[in-house]
Amino acid sequence: MQALKEILIVLLILLNFRLLGTSRLGACVQTVALQALVIGLLPLLGPNLPTPWIMAMMAAATLVKSVVLPGLVRRALRETGVVRELEPLMGYTLSILTGTGLLVLSHLAGRKLQLPTGGVDQLLVPVTLFTMLCGLFLIIARRKAITQVLGFLVLENGIYLFGIAFAVHEPWLVQTGVLLDVLAAVFVMGITIHQINREFDHIDTDRFSTFKD
Amino acid sequence: MIWALILIPAMAGILAFLPLAERVRRMMFLFTSAIHCGLVLTAWLRPVTACTANGWLAMDDAALLFLTISSTLFFAAALYGIGYLSTDTKAPIRDYLEGFDFANRSERVFIGCLLFFLATMSAVATAQHLGLLWVAVEATTLTSAPLIYYHRHHRSLSAAWKYLLICSVGISLALLGNFFLAVSTTAGQGEEITLLLPILRDHAQTLSPTWLKAAFILMLVGYGTKMGLAPMHTWLPDAHSEAPSLVSALLSGALLNCAFLAVLRVQSVLAAAGLGEFGRGVLLLFGLLSMLWAAMLLIAQSDYKRLLAYSSVEHMGVLAVGVGLGGVAANGAMLHAVNHSLAKASLFLVAGNILAAYRTKDMPSTRGLRHSMPFSALLWMAGILAIVGSPPFGLFTSEIMILKGALAAQRWGVAAGYLAALGIAFGALLWAALHMVYGSAPDMPTAAGKNRETFLSVTAPALLTAVVLILGLWIPGPLGRLIQRVAAMWGGAL
Repeated sequence: MQALKEILIVLLILLNFRLLGTSRLGACVQTVALQALVIGLLPLLGPNLPTPWIMAMMAAATLVKSVVLPGLVRRALRETGVVRELEPLMGYTLSILTGTGLLVLSHLAGRKLQLPTGGVDQLLVPVTLFTMLCGLFLIIARRKAITQVLGFLVLENGIYLFGIAFAVHEPWLVQTGVLLDVLAAVFVMGITIHQINREFDHIDTDRFSTFKD
Repeated sequence: MIWALILIPAMAGILAFLPLAERVRRMMFLFTSAIHCGLVLTAWLRPVTACTANGWLAMDDAALLFLTISSTLFFAAALYGIGYLSTDTKAPIRDYLEGFDFANRSERVFIGCLLFFLATMSAVATAQHLGLLWVAVEATTLTSAPLIYYHRHHRSLSAAWKYLLICSVGISLALLGNFFLAVSTTAGQGEEITLLLPILRDHAQTLSPTWLKAAFILMLVGYGTKMGLAPMHTWLPDAHSEAPSLVSALLSGALLNCAFLAVLRVQSVLAAAGLGEFGRGVLLLFGLLSMLWAAMLLIAQSDYKRLLAYSSVEHMGVLAVGVGLGGVAANGAMLHAVNHSLAKASLFLVAGNILAAYRTKDMPSTRGLRHSMPFSALLWMAGILAIVGSPPFGLFTSEIMILKGALAAQRWGVAAGYLAALGIAFGALLWAALHMVYGSAPDMPTAAGKNRETFLSVTAPALLTAVVLILGLWIPGPLGRLIQRVAAMWGGAL
């Protein structure tokens, strides 16, 4: 079981690199969905299984993150007819190199934050940080509004990984609230993208009139 | 009672989305805000000590103070809004920079979202569980983003996008902070405890300090983004300058304070854990940075709504510095939160009048206010004098209290930075205001320009300015005592 867990964790890291390295937006959406699924599987392999009630909550959250949210983004993709992110602010090779740097950075930071439980879980701290940093990087280094939404989802995935991995027992009300908020956020972002698309026939955020300061 | 504060505006918000007659919807809007004010007032007269929903919501002193601010501002904004919406001719408006026409979005969405916004702000103020607090703060972002995009205009759209994205990302970091705090309870004691604030404060000694500190930093960055602390303030000038003026007033006066309250709630846990000094140090750092950063950008600003927005960044810095110093300065900070909200909201409302008449936000083209719109000119001048901290107004008192705190603690460097930033802001804002009020008025672009100063559009900011003036001369006893009790929660002096 522990070996499987480690494989999944490595898979998460690889998925992050795929996000950094690909220009096709469809593949990016797929990767984000897969990432959410992997994160949802992790607690099932843990030393002690969560209670059925929490398991149901996690299943619902995983469903939303791996099916509903990517579905929303895919719909926005169809509407806007965007296929690729051309001319990103930072090239793909350079993005992957930066990703390597971020991974090292996350490991260094992760060593400072010692978990009470220890063991293989300790490996999750750097992976959480790495996923979050990748999300932030996507938001900064890409110019399409949709890629920025994807970056936000990756960031959320990273945070969710932390919550789920350390079985932070948020009461169900809070969990639901968090989930609903993320859902609503992506929904509102989707509407905004729709508006942007309708008004200007492009969704490059850096071509919005630039504010001077 | 607490449920009513949240549910009544939420219900009214749902109703507003129904296809009602315009007049009915506007009356409902005004009426709901009046009820909300009334409920807050009853909380003043008969203090509610009981908690609702297993202690998740409670009307403690801090909630009462911040709710009072939000509710008052919302009422003023509603008064102003009625006038604003009724003078709206629905005709396309010409953009002053790029010369194309744009329209507004539907009033239904506007009023509905405003009411939802009030509901979520009430939830932020009363939330006692850190998870719920997070949900409520994120909900304020989502309900206010459509408000910023009321004008169908590409600049407001991009401002709304920037707001949505930056604040959502910031708030995600605060969520991680919540998780870190949860880990700090297991790491310290072995037993996880719930994130209810009173329980956390009781068990504060058992929390793991490293994780608690990390959690605080994340939450400060997260909620600080929403509050507009430099360097995370970048969404703020765009959102404030592109939103309709009454929305800017609410964002600046009510929303930023709500985010500050979220930071303060975490600081209270830190203080109980004996790490108050650490939290205050970080607050002080961000506060001074915001003040100086904003002061630099205030100089040579040519858009008067952006000018007000940067001034908000500066005043959020003042609040952070006040709490960061502790003691009498913390009392000053709480008083300053009240004063700043009222004065800034009034200024934004007046800015709305000016924008409606001149159709431009460019300061060199808005001259001669005293000839073209005498009442607004008077209120603009009074508001600017208040916001820079001139003596008869309330901000003078609170800014002096914070300075006194800095001097009493012998933090000479802090005092110097604080005074320098305030001095620069004083010069920049007064310079701008004098140029706008005096000089000869240009020809009004529209024939309707002269009639833009209506009774409601002047009354609402006038009321707010009057309260700031009164607070400068005399602070009512109950308010003074409340401020002291609230400040004591994060290290003020009783």
